[in-house]
Amino acid sequence: MSHSKSFMSDPTGYPDLDALLPRLRAIPSLGPDDLASEIVAILGRKNGELTAALRSVPSRPPEERKAYGSAVNRLKTQFEEAFAGRSEMLDQERRSREQAGVDLTMPARRRWIGAEHPVTRVMDEIIEIFRGLGFTVAVGPEVETDWYNFGALNFPPDHPAMDMHDTLYVDAPPLPGEQGGRLLLRTHTSPVQIRTLLESPPPVRVVIPGFVYRNDPFDPSHAPAFSQIEGLAVDEGISFVDLKATLVHFAHRFFTPTTKVRFRPSFFPFTEPSAEMDVECQLCHGTGCPACKGTGWMEILGCGMVHPAVYEHTGVDAERYTGWAFGMGPHRITMLRYGIPDIRLLYDGDMRFLEQFVPGGRVTL
Amino acid sequence: MNISRRWLEDFLRRPLEPRDLTERLTMLGAPVDSVQPLHAELGDVLVGQVEEVRPHPNADRLRVCIVNGGTAERRNVVCGAANVMAGRKYPYAPVGSTLPGGLRIEERKLRGETSQGMLCSARELGLGQDGEGIWELDTDAAPGTRLLDALPIADHRLVLDIGPNRPDLLGHKGIARELGASLGVPFRLPSLPSAELIDVPPVRRLGNTGKVAGVGAGTEDPEGCPRFLGAVLRGVRIAASPPWLARRLEAVGVRAISNVVDATNYVMLELNQPMHAYDLAKLRGPSVIARRARPGETVTTLDGVSRALDDSMTIIADDGGPIGIAGVMGGAATEVGTDTVDVFLECAYFAPALVRRTRRALNLSTEASYRFERGIDRWGGVEALRRCIEIIGMTAGGELVEAPVDLGPGPQNPARIFLRPSRVAQVLGVDMPGHALESYLVAVGATLVPKSDDRIAVEPPSWRPDLSREIDLIEEIARLHGYQNFPADLRAFRPSLLADATIERISSQVRAGLVRQGLFEVMPHPMGPQDGPQSVRLANPLSSAESYLRRRLLPGLIKLVRHNWDQHVGDVRLFEIGTVFSTAAAGEPPHEERHIAAVLTGRREPPHWSGTGEDRIDLWDLKGLFEAAVALAVPGGVVQVEGSGWIARDAKDRVVGSAGPLEADAPPWADPLFGFELVLDAGARTPERFSPLPITPSAERVFALVLGPGVTAQQVKDLLQRVGGPLLESVSVQSDYRGAGLPAGTRSVAFQLTFRASDRTLRDVEIDEIERRMLAALESELRVVRRVGSAPGSGE
Repeated sequence: MSHSKSFMSDPTGYPDLDALLPRLRAIPSLGPDDLASEIVAILGRKNGELTAALRSVPSRPPEERKAYGSAVNRLKTQFEEAFAGRSEMLDQERRSREQAGVDLTMPARRRWIGAEHPVTRVMDEIIEIFRGLGFTVAVGPEVETDWYNFGALNFPPDHPAMDMHDTLYVDAPPLPGEQGGRLLLRTHTSPVQIRTLLESPPPVRVVIPGFVYRNDPFDPSHAPAFSQIEGLAVDEGISFVDLKATLVHFAHRFFTPTTKVRFRPSFFPFTEPSAEMDVECQLCHGTGCPACKGTGWMEILGCGMVHPAVYEHTGVDAERYTGWAFGMGPHRITMLRYGIPDIRLLYDGDMRFLEQFVPGGRVTL
Repeated sequence: MNISRRWLEDFLRRPLEPRDLTERLTMLGAPVDSVQPLHAELGDVLVGQVEEVRPHPNADRLRVCIVNGGTAERRNVVCGAANVMAGRKYPYAPVGSTLPGGLRIEERKLRGETSQGMLCSARELGLGQDGEGIWELDTDAAPGTRLLDALPIADHRLVLDIGPNRPDLLGHKGIARELGASLGVPFRLPSLPSAELIDVPPVRRLGNTGKVAGVGAGTEDPEGCPRFLGAVLRGVRIAASPPWLARRLEAVGVRAISNVVDATNYVMLELNQPMHAYDLAKLRGPSVIARRARPGETVTTLDGVSRALDDSMTIIADDGGPIGIAGVMGGAATEVGTDTVDVFLECAYFAPALVRRTRRALNLSTEASYRFERGIDRWGGVEALRRCIEIIGMTAGGELVEAPVDLGPGPQNPARIFLRPSRVAQVLGVDMPGHALESYLVAVGATLVPKSDDRIAVEPPSWRPDLSREIDLIEEIARLHGYQNFPADLRAFRPSLLADATIERISSQVRAGLVRQGLFEVMPHPMGPQDGPQSVRLANPLSSAESYLRRRLLPGLIKLVRHNWDQHVGDVRLFEIGTVFSTAAAGEPPHEERHIAAVLTGRREPPHWSGTGEDRIDLWDLKGLFEAAVALAVPGGVVQVEGSGWIARDAKDRVVGSAGPLEADAPPWADPLFGFELVLDAGARTPERFSPLPITPSAERVFALVLGPGVTAQQVKDLLQRVGGPLLESVSVQSDYRGAGLPAGTRSVAFQLTFRASDRTLRDVEIDEIERRMLAALESELRVVRRVGSAPGSGE
């Protein structure tokens, strides 16, 4: 005989058991407390009705024992199913009742979250890519002498190349000696190339982050102090091909693997051949837009093969070693990447600006 | 540097498309900043042929012209120009057209006669200064042809960004040479629009000084002026330049002035040779000599400013004194004017570094100084002088009475350069055949000299002062080969053996730690006013308010807090990791240090509708942040009370930082401001180590202690730790109570003590014994006793 639910309360033929049937039918309407006590009353190990009925099986007449036992067990299963069903239903009711009083769309309780400056983020990302290419990080002082900032980097005195570096000088007597000269705020991170080559024989493979200074008043695209990151690789057998390959790899990792990259001739006194690296405008993807002045390209960095004069000033054998260097401006790249129209926003410390750069927040490129 | 597309086309004898031109120049190393179409607004103006000229019935000065404007119907145009003649062609603006400046041509009556359009002067079309009479066109174009199609007027101005190493690109000829090499076509000087040119005999080489047509000329300063060419033209007629010449100048943004002056400017823009024309009648002597200025001499330059000279400057002088500053600007006294009849033309080479020093000393930059200080073509003067004389002869008439003179020793030719093909391959990473190298060098104008070994001996061209070393030639080869034609495959490399700069690594850790505390990193402007006697002063500051390098970070951060307050933002939590500067001993560069500083004000947590988040940041938040920063930035550092805040000491007991409430010009609604500043120690850190998790139970005790005046929690804690020894795992403060039930001036502080032995379960009797000794020591050393009423061993 099957025990489908429609038969669950069929009479058993045993009066003591049939007396329990109304209680079985009453289970679906029991409240939580009544349900708990009824479970104990029916199935309780000490005094449960069905427990007692099972215990009475041996005292029944022998011919009745088997049938009675199975009737008790059937009824027990029916009670168990009914109790479980009611219990589940009561749980659901409780949950929905609890929720009915709470508007879960109300705003969450949050914690203050800080963030690194967007320029730091860009800088770290750049460094990370170059670490993967075997570079380590070097730094140097921000106040330098004429020699480190210009002379050793092959800036001839009285040369128009100096016009590209509007220099802030320190009001102090010049330092004596061959590597001395007027004290100034470095106009680029390139003096650290000199310091690195003076201190460490090749192979050299370093990136140099830091602040640099120019006598440029603040305007939407200029600032008197801003960040730069320099790279220098010097070893035997390093060529223009390595320069191109490494910087293209960088551009593909920093932007996208399909970003178009081009190198075009440029001039820096301390590299030759010198180049400017442009990447496809990240806004218009090369079709031309106001951000790229219609060219489809964005200027990202200057680079070139280290000029032999730099080796001559640092005692490196220029016949044996060759190398390349690059420099780029994380402030400017940050502006390009996040669409920041005015460089001064990067200096103001405005909380409403800084909060836009909380990791996981909205970042548009 | 402005370049005219049409001028270049005349050099190359072929049309150039602006977009292709831009791309080509950019890839050759002369990036184009902008391209501006010129005279596009003349699209409505046609070639008109005047078929008949009748007198105006009602006005003596006006004429009625019958104009063929290309349509079957003839148009009546009333014209006031005296030079209008039947059969000639003129620019014709028909009814409905608009002229530059916005004049819209409509049909109207002039003194009773209908006028259907306008015949225009060059000036009315924005094509020169010539406004006298209408512009007679020399063209075969049929009437009705667009003027822009009939005449070489439509043009593009390209603004180029020329690096300081390429003075040869500061003239159209230099650009044409590059383009010619790139396009594989020859380039030639454009022919001048005249059938007969004045005959210019070859220059005469004399000594450093000599005479030309009776004028003493030359150089007495061969260092500052190694070469001086001069010519005299008599009987010129000063007038406005013809349209072709004016147009050339205006296409590159140079205002046309008069035929003679314009001729010198034309030559400068075409051949990159600045020239100067003197009014011979105003020269004393007459003579024109380059020499060093004498102390006390002055000259009034063309801009009307009197300038003091010194003996570092090369000047041009006549017998009476200075008449110009060599390579920078001519003098007002000898300027060519409308009444000039005879001119002296100067065409010189001035030494770049001297011109640069002079123009910097005088703070006077000109088109001429810009070119001389970069280095013009050492041997370009002869061609330039001839060209200038021809143009003056064409446009102003005049007679060259004697062959021009060429004076001075001449600039030194640079040494030969030896190029090794193996070095080219080493630097560029690509093997190129010898003939390819040679063809690139020939294309830039170098002369190759046969050599017996495998080197190539190269004489660089006179217009390339930047080519002096082997590497300079390698750059030329790379440039002409095309940077885009080098492979970009990553090859094997040796990774860096240098350790990372520790200061950067530590800065990153500290930065991450402060971000975790909910602070925002900032990078403010690092200059400001003086901040104590050790501030480092700038010699040429941007402004007096920012004439010192910062000695501390906090003043800059407080300014940023003020900025936020000004924006009505009150919850501000900022930090900076940056360099500060202070003066060092004489003969030493300023001392640089990396600091960390933070400022914080406002709510401790974001406000929430449930009512939480209304607490304000207080001293204890600051102390926590400061201690966290010290732990990150100063290995072995400790925080101590100092005044109304705290200081940090490093392991060598030096004070390396401080924290406390900050004074600021705060709005009334602002919350208190707190901050700290700390020196970042780049020294080695002890790495974190694992310690085994406890396997024995701990025991907790709470002491409610009454602390008399002057007794600090720190003193109590130090004592408890000293007495408790290794079994006392930690001490924390649970509460600090003052008020009812305590003797005046005292407070009750509850300390929670955690005891644990790592190898066994502590028994109560052991702890009781320690506790007894602690209480005895507290009482005898600090007069600290248990609070009456607190239960022994279990707290209150």
